Amino acid sequence: MYKIKHIAIKEVRHILRDPRSLIIAVLMPILMTLLYGYAINLDIKNIRLAVLDYDQTLESRELTGRFYNSGYFLKPLQAPDLNDPENILKSGRASAILVIKQGFSNDLTLQRQYQLGLTVDGADANTASAASSYANIIFSQFLKDHLPPGFTIPGAVISAQVLYNPDLKSSHFFVPGLIAVILMMISALLTSITIAREKETGTMEQLLTAPVTPRQIIIGKVIPYIGLALIDGVLILIFGVFHFGVPFVGSILLLLLFGFIYITAALSIGILISTLVNTQQLAMSFAQLVTVLPSVMLSGYIFEIKNMPIVLQYVTRIVPARYFLVIIRGIMLKGSGLSVLWVEATFLVLLTLILLTIATKRFQLKMG
Amino acid sequence: MEYAVTIDKLSKDFGRFRAVDEISLTVQKGEIFGFLGANGAGKTTAIRMLCGLLLPTSGLGTVNGFDIFKESEKIKKSIGYMSQKFSLYSDLTGRENLEFYGSIYHIPNGRLKERIAELARNLDIEEFIDRKAESLPTGWRQRLALAASLLHRPPILFLDEPTGGVDPVFRRRFWEILYRLADEGVTLFVTTHYMDEAEFCRRISIMHRGRIVEIGNPQELIKKHHQPDLQELFINLISKSEQNV
Repeated sequence: MYKIKHIAIKEVRHILRDPRSLIIAVLMPILMTLLYGYAINLDIKNIRLAVLDYDQTLESRELTGRFYNSGYFLKPLQAPDLNDPENILKSGRASAILVIKQGFSNDLTLQRQYQLGLTVDGADANTASAASSYANIIFSQFLKDHLPPGFTIPGAVISAQVLYNPDLKSSHFFVPGLIAVILMMISALLTSITIAREKETGTMEQLLTAPVTPRQIIIGKVIPYIGLALIDGVLILIFGVFHFGVPFVGSILLLLLFGFIYITAALSIGILISTLVNTQQLAMSFAQLVTVLPSVMLSGYIFEIKNMPIVLQYVTRIVPARYFLVIIRGIMLKGSGLSVLWVEATFLVLLTLILLTIATKRFQLKMG
Repeated sequence: MEYAVTIDKLSKDFGRFRAVDEISLTVQKGEIFGFLGANGAGKTTAIRMLCGLLLPTSGLGTVNGFDIFKESEKIKKSIGYMSQKFSLYSDLTGRENLEFYGSIYHIPNGRLKERIAELARNLDIEEFIDRKAESLPTGWRQRLALAASLLHRPPILFLDEPTGGVDPVFRRRFWEILYRLADEGVTLFVTTHYMDEAEFCRRISIMHRGRIVEIGNPQELIKKHHQPDLQELFINLISKSEQNV
């Protein structure tokens, strides 16, 4: 313990004296949060919507007004040609058309089933799905306001309501995902670099001639990075919750527990990388390739796993971020507990144990 | 006779390449032993096996009476090691480096402070001990590295080309320190490319292609092979060995 403590103290000194690692560790998470929060805004707004109102009643105009006042839809640049609806989408003047057939007001008053027509330009899949979701929300709100409480018209709503992220704000998705990516990056990237540096400069060899075991060296070296990763995670969390208004409804303790397990997986990957390369440069590139990229691309963070080719779907199973992402989103946005998350939790723990075992075995083989 | 190092038919293979080929030698306690050889002769591999950094393929060996196959942890506690590369942390100060290594050798705080002060005095590093190691000239860094390897008062010191890339004045001062250590009874196992340094050794071995081609007192070897000096002896022995291959 005494030796581990002093190795950890030395490591903290290295971190504090190397401006580069400090920038990576502290500035980068904040910058990335801002970048994802503002620049890479996945919210879809300002969809050009043409309304073909054949009903021309008070109610139909009110519905039209609700669409345009929602903040999601804009009027088309030119007034649409009512006689040639097909051309509206083709010409690109609008990406969605709302058709209010004659009899809308009448059906509403008589509380009869009514079909509202929404045609969406599917060329941009994201916009298309967003447009229909928004339309549903607006329409069901409209119905709620015009019908007696508890009364519904079956078949009037186009599709199911959007759960958990009713505002469809992408920040609710990106903040938990960003925590997964940053934790992986800090833990794996920085540990692999710090071990590679000792190998590169020869200090590892010097250290190994002293009475200290590879295990003590590794534990001592990674402790400060566990702390750093946790600080970063909390930093993004605070930023996300207070600046971007991301909800946090679940248990913080449960999140910290899984955060710790996930960090252990990331550190193991970092140690594993350091046993394969001898220079900091290589360690950095390697770590980027096997940690940051999969955590962003193959975790379900940006692309949905179920839409990936089958082969890639299998690859995602060894990406720790895949499981952590489900866990952190579940805990933060839905308040899920272990009863819901136990599958992902089990996979994450198993994957972590496997990675940790391989990493320590390989490190002892290489150094011992 | 007590031996600090004994090696018998020690070998190390890396795949199909035999880096060290059945070398045998003994080093007496308190002796300065010069471990010479051409570049790539296998000296560093041999030293790494003696220091417990590398497991030998075959043969026998002891350091301070401990088996190099089974007791590497005990060996590590009883040796000092200083390599050709400066291998202390360049972003830490000299004192921080020494304090760190002191904690690795588990030297209690109070005693460690005294020991660092003592070494700083003896090795003449007091004036730059609180500067970052990266800002120091090579000669000073090497004395700092020597201080680090002496913290725990090891009875034997392995020095792998300790004076590489250093000017003659620094080299001379470094060797004065080594002599003083030998007088105190510390065994020194030194590799070097400088023949004037080799002459300071009581005994030397000359290695080529993994084998020890000659071993003995420098002056006696010069006479035995009818060579004018150690430099010629070295070149002569290496080229002879080259022809035999």
